[in-house]
Amino acid sequence: MASVGETRVKDMEVSARANGGGQPGSPADPPKLSVKRLSVTYEDEATGERIEAIRDVSLDIRAGEFVTIVGLSGCGKSTFLSAVAGLVKPSAGTIRLNGVPVAGPGPDRAVVFQKSLLFPWRTVLRNVTYGLELNGVPLTEAIRRARDVLGMVGLKGFEHIYPSALSGGMQQRVNFARALVCDPELLLLDEPFAALDAITREVMQNELLSIWEQTKKTVLMVTHQIDEAVLLSDRVVVFTARPAQVLEEIRIPLARPRAITAKNSSRFNELMSRIWQLIHQSAVRKEEPEYEI
Amino acid sequence: MKSELPGVMPLRRAIVPVRWRLRRNGLGLLLGVGFLCLLLAAWELAGAAHLVDVRFASSPSRVLATGADMLRDGEMWRHVLASGKIFVVGYLLAVAAGVPAGIALGWFSTVRLALSPIVAALNAMPRIALMPLFIIWFGLGLGAKVALVFMSAVIPIVINMQMAMRNVDPDLIRVAKAYGANRRQIFRTVALPMSVPFLITALQIATGRALLGVVVAEVFGGSQGLGYLIQYAGATFQTDKVFVCVALIAAFGIAMDRLLTSASRRFDAWRGSA
Repeated sequence: MASVGETRVKDMEVSARANGGGQPGSPADPPKLSVKRLSVTYEDEATGERIEAIRDVSLDIRAGEFVTIVGLSGCGKSTFLSAVAGLVKPSAGTIRLNGVPVAGPGPDRAVVFQKSLLFPWRTVLRNVTYGLELNGVPLTEAIRRARDVLGMVGLKGFEHIYPSALSGGMQQRVNFARALVCDPELLLLDEPFAALDAITREVMQNELLSIWEQTKKTVLMVTHQIDEAVLLSDRVVVFTARPAQVLEEIRIPLARPRAITAKNSSRFNELMSRIWQLIHQSAVRKEEPEYEI
Repeated sequence: MKSELPGVMPLRRAIVPVRWRLRRNGLGLLLGVGFLCLLLAAWELAGAAHLVDVRFASSPSRVLATGADMLRDGEMWRHVLASGKIFVVGYLLAVAAGVPAGIALGWFSTVRLALSPIVAALNAMPRIALMPLFIIWFGLGLGAKVALVFMSAVIPIVINMQMAMRNVDPDLIRVAKAYGANRRQIFRTVALPMSVPFLITALQIATGRALLGVVVAEVFGGSQGLGYLIQYAGATFQTDKVFVCVALIAAFGIAMDRLLTSASRRFDAWRGSA
């Protein structure tokens, strides 16, 4: 198990180098994640009403790419992420990771939820080892890897503290560490900074940038913070109002490695207002249900 | 999490520590003990001033003197040991059977559907109604009494553990599932640790019920135990002796409660009540 993880990291470094110093894989490569014509319809447990959350969404993500989905709240973007995580069953369409169909949750994907949702009876260290323990990694090995990742997210020295003693931002760091330590093929971020105050959020965005530079993970994020989407992503996908469809995909050509200061550039603001307009457009469309593309 | 509502926090800060400071300085304890002493003094004075008849109402000094006498001639120990034996055996059997039964009832819906009518019936019925049956089945000795204590204590344990299993945080289950946990792993890593506070509450409630069972069973029949002594002393107008027994049972109940509360404090670290 451990050796597999290490090999995977090495492979990734090699492929990253082959692609020219950390740029995401070229369009010719087979996609890491391939979602084809995905639809999700579920029944509201309270009302029994059938809700069409996602309609016919296709999306490919290349290895090492950071893709963010933005859209109005309640538009179905979180449902899309849950479907990729294997927590929600699609009613139509396919999800493939490395060409293999996704059937339920698996150790090749790790989710960072909006709420940190740590296990309050586990220390920080043992929260981080959780996923590894489930997958049968020996505890000593799991602890060694957890210590490394805790160092990376800036939580060295907090290993034996219980989550209740940590601030919201620190809890969310643990949440990230818990996902990163599993060395997933695909990292899924579900509005990971939405519950944090503005300053903590910016600090965390900056750290996510540097963690991403270090690990070169393939990331699918969902957010409704447009600036966050532009700052972090290689590509931003704008969803329509429910049922979610892809309204537009926007490449973010800002240079890597990026820092929080990228937010000051005029390029950044252009991209932001472009996305803002698209979302606004989808909001208007929501009020006119008969409007078709 | 702490700094999200800066406008609200100061208000809470201002109110909460007052209570805490009281407790930390032992003022709370002082108030509790002080009021109790005041009541005891009033009781003693009422007797001394002949406002009440001490032969019926007794008084703290008479209770103390009687208690000392009973301790000296070994009467107290004989009855305490008899009751203690029934309590320990019945209580431990109730824990040993009730915890797994409650967990099974809460975790497996088939078990719940099959057994919940029986549990509901047993919970609704006063357990003392079963005592004649227990005496017929297990005899007048230890058996029937232990059976009553067991039945009194086991139901709250079963119900609490069942609640624990049914109240597992769905968000944490979602996290476990996202990390690939199967049902057994969810049980072991989420449901079981989350049930610990419920277990402590269950043990606390069961203590009270078991003590009730002990006294009732001994009042019902037999020739020793605190319940028997209460009944006998009451029938022979030995009010002082009744009070000694009542005080002993109350003291034991409080001691058990404190023990379990301090056990639950160990979990405060993760509950974040600090």
